Amino acid sequence: MSLSARRRPAVDEETKRPRWRGVVSPGMAVAIPVLVFLVAVHVYSNELLLVDMAIYIALAQGINIIYGFTGYLPFGYFGFFGVGAYVAGYGIVHLGLSGPLAALLGGLGGVVVGAVMLPLFRLKGAYFALTTLAVGEALYAIVSNPSLTSVTNGPYGLNLAAVYSSGWSFGMAVGLAAISILAVVLIKNSRYGMTLRAIRDDPYSASMAGINVARDRFYAWLIAAAIAGVGGAIYGWAISVFYPQDVFDVTVSVFAIVFALFGGIGTIWGPTLGAAVLYAVYNVVGVSNPQYFQLIYGLVIVLLVLFAPRGLAGIARYLHEHRPFVRSST
Amino acid sequence: MLFEFAVIGGILLGIYYALFAMGLNVVFGAQRIINLAHGDIVVLGGYAAWELYETAHVSPIIAAVVVLPFAIALGFLVHRYLTPRLTRSSDPETLSLILFFGLSQVIEAAASLIFGPNEHSLPTSALPVSSLHLFGESYPGIWWVAVLVSIPMLAVFLWLLYRTPFGLRVRAVMSSASEAATAGIESRLVSGLFFGIGFGLAAAAGTMGIFIFGGIAPTDGVALTITAFAIIVFGSLGNPVGTVIAALIFGVVTQLAQVYAPSWSNLVPYALVILTMLLRPQGLLGRRQRVA
Repeated sequence: MSLSARRRPAVDEETKRPRWRGVVSPGMAVAIPVLVFLVAVHVYSNELLLVDMAIYIALAQGINIIYGFTGYLPFGYFGFFGVGAYVAGYGIVHLGLSGPLAALLGGLGGVVVGAVMLPLFRLKGAYFALTTLAVGEALYAIVSNPSLTSVTNGPYGLNLAAVYSSGWSFGMAVGLAAISILAVVLIKNSRYGMTLRAIRDDPYSASMAGINVARDRFYAWLIAAAIAGVGGAIYGWAISVFYPQDVFDVTVSVFAIVFALFGGIGTIWGPTLGAAVLYAVYNVVGVSNPQYFQLIYGLVIVLLVLFAPRGLAGIARYLHEHRPFVRSST
Repeated sequence: MLFEFAVIGGILLGIYYALFAMGLNVVFGAQRIINLAHGDIVVLGGYAAWELYETAHVSPIIAAVVVLPFAIALGFLVHRYLTPRLTRSSDPETLSLILFFGLSQVIEAAASLIFGPNEHSLPTSALPVSSLHLFGESYPGIWWVAVLVSIPMLAVFLWLLYRTPFGLRVRAVMSSASEAATAGIESRLVSGLFFGIGFGLAAAAGTMGIFIFGGIAPTDGVALTITAFAIIVFGSLGNPVGTVIAALIFGVVTQLAQVYAPSWSNLVPYALVILTMLLRPQGLLGRRQRVA
């Protein structure tokens, strides 16, 4: 085979699109949300809302990594979020760390808890989902326990107002969202992403093809755990004062899962758009009438599962493939 | 003395927990689905008892029977209209989990829209007995009332399942829906009814739950679902007798924790789920099989 034959043509044979679009459009998936956030913070006064939205984009992408690429649905995802907030808070209060350093420490906390939960991967489907939920609730019961007030400050929460910094926490939140999207882009377009999907579709066959199923799945899990840990840390830092029930809140898992599902699991843009749209709706409807918002997203979940399990991305693809008056390319 | 109190109280509560968790196991048996709305059905039962008592002075004991047909109908409709699309989808197990989670959110939201987000409770004077003594210890009347409601309901349920033609059909469908269909059993109808019975047991448990759990709020659903899940996986999924045994053990352990380490007692159901899943995923009475 000659060298020139091995050189990749500038046009992808399969999609007939120029190859550069394969590099640039995933880059847009990171750049556009970051730009939107940087502009929005100058236009929109409620910075905390933008911080929360960026964190939820990151969490939805975290769910995307673990559920979209491996098929494991962690209802207890909020456990990492809470641990991240508490570990970071501990670092700030007792070790005198700065906010950004503490956020990284929170991510490390998430990773450690994720590593401890490794044996749960022996379980499948509903068993895994509900056992992680039990772990999250158990973490809450431990952290909020009055008997441990001397260690965790029990039900009285943490006060981080001394290191509050609006610019830094906003920047960290947007950075986390960007890194999470980038992680999904890199995973999706890499051999590792193919490996994960092979494991999801048939772990047995994947292992026969020489894939180290346990190890590769574990890495995805740790990435998702780290994202939630850092997310919780930034959240706690940005709101300054929080109680155990604020960060160990099953709603965090629910939102992340619903946002990701709404946008489209396994896609790059889906979770970003899902989180941005639904979190905006939540702030219009939800803050004053949380029950109405709960009713809406409950119905959204039911309708999505029944009629559009691939989310907005699936609907978009369906519309694209069924365009009227367009000749089929094949 | 404390030890005897905890053990006897634990057994009384355990009998109630058997009724409380049985519905989740029944729904699992009918459709291989973990009903994440189980706790919310329990909460709805509690609200029904509250509403009946506050407006018409209906005793919660009667309410436990009154809610049955409504909850069975609700379960039947859910089974009829929500599950068929699921079984045709790519990943029915996880999607069913998400679907029923959505249902639980809808119920939770509806409950807080109708009854408000605050906790509702009923006075113990709504019950025929305030407290009863046994071996020199006084036990709350509700524990005895819950036992008196739970035992007949569980007995009727087990009789229905193991001693009637309907129960025979249910067990046939549970072991193989397609083979049951070839034997002339209307498996959709049978599993739909059994699914409904699962909802019925949950709602009936809720009418007592409003006392047992010291009041109910719309957001209690998730924790109640995990508790019921802990009991049924501990006793083995799909095994009603296992659920009863697991509920008794769970009741006693919870009461011992209440007495000796009260601040840690709410950790019991979570620890039970985690330990069962790590050490014996097939449960107490389960045959060795891969659930994982």
